[in-house]
Parts: sequence; C-alpha cells; structure tokens
Amino acid sequence: MHELPVTQSILEIALRHAQKSNAARIVNIHIVMGELSTMVDDSIQFYWDMIAEGTLAHGAKLHFRRVPAELQCMACFTKYHPKEMELLCPNCGSVGAKVISGEEFFVEAIDVEQT
Amino acid sequence: MTQRIPIVENILSANDRLAEENRARLDAAGVFAINIMASPGAGKTSLIEQTLPRLASLARVAVVDGDIATSLDADRAAAAGALASIQINTGGECHLDAVMLRGALEQLDLTKFDLLIVENVGNLVCPASFKLGTHKSILVASIPEGDDKPHKYPGMYRGVDALVVNKIDLLPYINFRMEFFTSGVQALNPDLITFPLSCRTGEGMDAWIDWLIQNVKRNS
Repeated sequence: MHELPVTQSILEIALRHAQKSNAARIVNIHIVMGELSTMVDDSIQFYWDMIAEGTLAHGAKLHFRRVPAELQCMACFTKYHPKEMELLCPNCGSVGAKVISGEEFFVEAIDVEQT
Repeated sequence: MTQRIPIVENILSANDRLAEENRARLDAAGVFAINIMASPGAGKTSLIEQTLPRLASLARVAVVDGDIATSLDADRAAAAGALASIQINTGGECHLDAVMLRGALEQLDLTKFDLLIVENVGNLVCPASFKLGTHKSILVASIPEGDDKPHKYPGMYRGVDALVVNKIDLLPYINFRMEFFTSGVQALNPDLITFPLSCRTGEGMDAWIDWLIQNVKRNS
C-alpha cells in the first residue's frame, strides 16, 4: 500500500524536470523497474490517473521498462539469472551471490511538448 | 512536437535524502540506532522487552514503535525500561519511512540516549525498500514461521546486517529444517551474523546483547 507516496514521488520528479525546460505538457514518463523491485506497476498506474489530474502531467502515459535480475557468484564470478527457489550457482554449485541488477527503480526520461 | 528529457532519478531518492539527514542527526548526538524488522508475531516487541532490562546499567535506550494502529507496543517498551518510547501510527502504511522517523526524532532529546531501537511495522516486504537512517538493520525470524522465508522474501533477507532467529525453544515441536533455512540466508547474505535465541527462555540472549553493546561502544 506504499504505491501512493511512490506515485507522488514520480509526479514530483516529472514536474520538476518539465518546469525546468518550460514544457507545456508531459506526454510520456519512462520508468525503469528491476525484476527484484517490490513495486506494483498496476497500482502506480491506478494512483497516477488520480493524482496527475490538474497538473502538466495530466494524461501522461507511464511506460515501465523491466530490467531482469542478474546475480554474480562470489566464488567463480559467473553471472546468471536466478530461477525461483534455485540458490546455487549454476556453474560451480556454491552458495553466495551478489545482485548485479534487478533492484532498479528510477525515472529514466520524460517526453514533453513545448507550447 | 515532443522532446525527450533524460532524467535518471531514483524514485525513492527523497526518502533516501531524509534518511541521510536522520543519520547525521543521530551521529551528531552519538546515538547508535537499529531498525528491527520482521513479520507480525515473530517477536520484535518481545525481543525489545527482553533486551531493555539487560541493557539497564549499560546504555540509555529510547524506543520508537511503528504500527498501523494502537500504542500497545510502545507501552510494552516503556514498561520494560525504555527511558523514552514513542509510538508512530502509520495510518495504514505498511512500513516506516524516513519522514516518520524524523518526526519521532524531533520529539526526543537525542543527547540523553546511547541507543535508539526502531521497531518497524510487521511486514517482510515493504520495510526493506525504505531506508530510515539507522545504522544497522536487524531481521527477526522465528521458528514457527517456517524454514522457507529466506527463499520467499529475498529482498528482506538480502538487505539486513544481523539476523535474530527467535523461538528456538519450539524447535522440538516444529518441522523446521535449519539447513534449508540457512542455505536461503547464505545464498544472498553470506556473512550475515545470526543470533539463534528464545525470548521466552532467555537462551541465546547474551550473544545478542554483547553484539549490541559492542556497537553502541564503537559508535560513542
């Protein structure tokens, strides 16, 4: 149930950058979301339609780009995509890996219209 | 005509900035702070209740309790010897965030404390995403929850600095495969310091208390 403050944060970031470039309207917002992120894009979309009303971002479309998770084995340094419930390195079988990607959650870009 | 504006700004950056401010405020006062997270019923409040009397002559402790409703936990912390206990009712939010902790810090004279214990809302998902500015994150797991939790909640197990495994007195009665549990923990947090203990019998509490005191001393 934390998607509301998260959505407000997305709106705040988008508006701040749009105003800086004197945009008249925000058309698209590009969001990057890692596979390991716990955010729910449907809920963000739901709140978005309510809170963007009356702002430069009214009617803007949210685009979510998913980044797959990648782990790196700390024993043999093989990089791999984790499968559910599978914890051992597929190459050397050891336990213990570092997350290389999959935790991202950021606004990548916005598309705006000038007057 | 549309124009693309590249941004690359972390969506939780506002929270992260506030967490850094909280940390600076704690550091300036020499207070060591921990964020205790767990599922509901794992024993966060019981751990605090058992910890406070054991620290009585060693550290001055304040407790901040996050709950969706009621002040039951803050009352228990006060009864167990916390010099100050502050309740944050999150009003439905599933986790504490840096803004809420800042509000609690403003109510405390931090120079009067050595240790701040923050008890997060019972939840194994969301609290992991929101930094508070505390120095260490502690996860309380418990035997009756089952041995599969590290496998099902990797985000929480990956992000913590210490793990308390509570209710070990129930091991004879519950089918809990310690090896399976440990393998899940090790997979993404290989050197995680772990304290198996029982808040009911007191078994294992000494190691946990020693670790806390060492950290408080190192910080002061």
